Amino acid sequence: MRPSNPWLNVLLWIILSFATLFPIYWLFVISVKPAVDLFTTPDVILRSFYWKNYIDVLHDETLRRYMMNSLIISTGNAVLCTVLAFMACYALSRFDLAGKENIFFWTITNRMAPAAVFLLPFFLLYTKVFVIGDFKLYDTRIGLILLYCTFNLPFAIWTLRPTIDGIPKELDEAATVDGCSTWQTIREVVWPLARPGVAVTFILIWVFAWNEFLLAATLTSFNARTLTTGLSEYVTTTGTQWGKMAAISIFTLIPALIIFSMVQRSIVAGLTFGAVKE
Amino acid sequence: MRSNKVGWWLLAPTLAILGIFGILPFIYVLYLAFHQWNPFGANPEQVFNGANNFRRLVFDKEFLLAIWVTLKFGVFAVASEIVIGYFLAQLFMREFPGKGFFRTIHTLPLIVAPIVVGSIWRLMTTPSVGIIPFYANELFGIDINIGRDAGTAFLFTVIMDIWHWTPLVTLTLLAALLSLPKDPFEQAQIDGASRSQIFWHITLPMIRPAILATVFIRLMDALRTVDEVWMLTGGGPGAATRYLGLHIWKVVFPKTDYGYGAAISVIVLYLTLVMCWMLYVGLVAPRNKGN
Repeated sequence: MRPSNPWLNVLLWIILSFATLFPIYWLFVISVKPAVDLFTTPDVILRSFYWKNYIDVLHDETLRRYMMNSLIISTGNAVLCTVLAFMACYALSRFDLAGKENIFFWTITNRMAPAAVFLLPFFLLYTKVFVIGDFKLYDTRIGLILLYCTFNLPFAIWTLRPTIDGIPKELDEAATVDGCSTWQTIREVVWPLARPGVAVTFILIWVFAWNEFLLAATLTSFNARTLTTGLSEYVTTTGTQWGKMAAISIFTLIPALIIFSMVQRSIVAGLTFGAVKE
Repeated sequence: MRSNKVGWWLLAPTLAILGIFGILPFIYVLYLAFHQWNPFGANPEQVFNGANNFRRLVFDKEFLLAIWVTLKFGVFAVASEIVIGYFLAQLFMREFPGKGFFRTIHTLPLIVAPIVVGSIWRLMTTPSVGIIPFYANELFGIDINIGRDAGTAFLFTVIMDIWHWTPLVTLTLLAALLSLPKDPFEQAQIDGASRSQIFWHITLPMIRPAILATVFIRLMDALRTVDEVWMLTGGGPGAATRYLGLHIWKVVFPKTDYGYGAAISVIVLYLTLVMCWMLYVGLVAPRNKGN
């Protein structure tokens, strides 16, 4: 079953890497071709680059707003989830709270529900129930930021808990003896030590929020639309603009790719629920 | 120890947010499921109607079809991913030049947004734009049209899922394989066991918990797939790839029949949770205890 020659292995992986990379490469190919060339014989090798699709996307007022919304929503959600999860994990790790393991488990279960199940209740809550005067959460950025907490906050608590548990309690106790308040202990002792773990959690949640589509598509209509929903708009309308769709896909892909290249190993650990550590 | 009051205060915002955005929608959807409510229907008022919504659901052919295709999709996708992922994990068990590099490339699809995965595969498979139908026709004379042929559309949703998620399986199984002790394998080799004997009698039983845990994680995700499939096939042709999430989003939701939609949501949630619970209690938990 296993090839004994290491070079056979290399050959196999070259083929497999090709299978992994080719679809992404093809996306790029389509994005730099003028529309008239799309329906001729598919050319795998690029001879010329046609950047108009990208320029169009960048000049498109609507898409620029979508990009801005995506940036604000994912950053806002990542900040909120990381801070809240940090506080919650600190509480769960350092205090003797009644039933805290049950609370921990309960927060995790929030993540298990399929997003599609929450479409209807969230839509109705956002349009009809959570209404103060003229203000509705529907189609607002803050609405999406809060909504994503349902799925990302449990994840943050889950990934941050080992980090906080791993910081020796003696350090806080020493700080308390030296007269630090809880707030000072957190700021001066725990936070600096937890920073690497916090950074990874932040980045993963940022990517999750950036990539989310279904809830954003249902709970926004105009003001708070994100880039992923913008992408879907290019397919459902009659006469898909393939080049532009590919260019928007590339724009959606780039931030995740940059992040991936920076913290590849931690992303793998996060996505495999801590099964892979290196 | 400091007073627990501070601890509760630190925990309070998390509990408040998860209460409002996690529990409340759940209670709300449960409440609506027992009501007849269509704001744009003949009677726009909310009326309690007992279990009528659920009774209707049992005879809803579209819904039953959605359950069926979703299960089919989940089983095909996850089974293929486990087999391919195991094979690839075994390949990674050996030393070879450029291993880290190939691993990085292999991991790449995991961070691609599902909606982008959908658009990538749409560009690959749409007739006259995509490269797959072109070469399938050119080289083998096969006509591939995912917009017309239900079987092909289903097949490509599975292939897309394999492309996207096999890396996850590879990495979790690789982690499991790396954590195995060496002795039983060496002993078996000394005793002259064949490769297939080693696989069936030593490797498989030992990594079984890891395989089941991976199946559990992947199946839960596969059953809630929406974005990619929406981009690739739009649920079509007909309803061939209209999986449960898509069904709720594109068929149930726009009808504004909120009571009935809530009932479907509740059932889908119930099915997902029960299935996960059965998988976990029946398969994963006892094995973990045994080890």
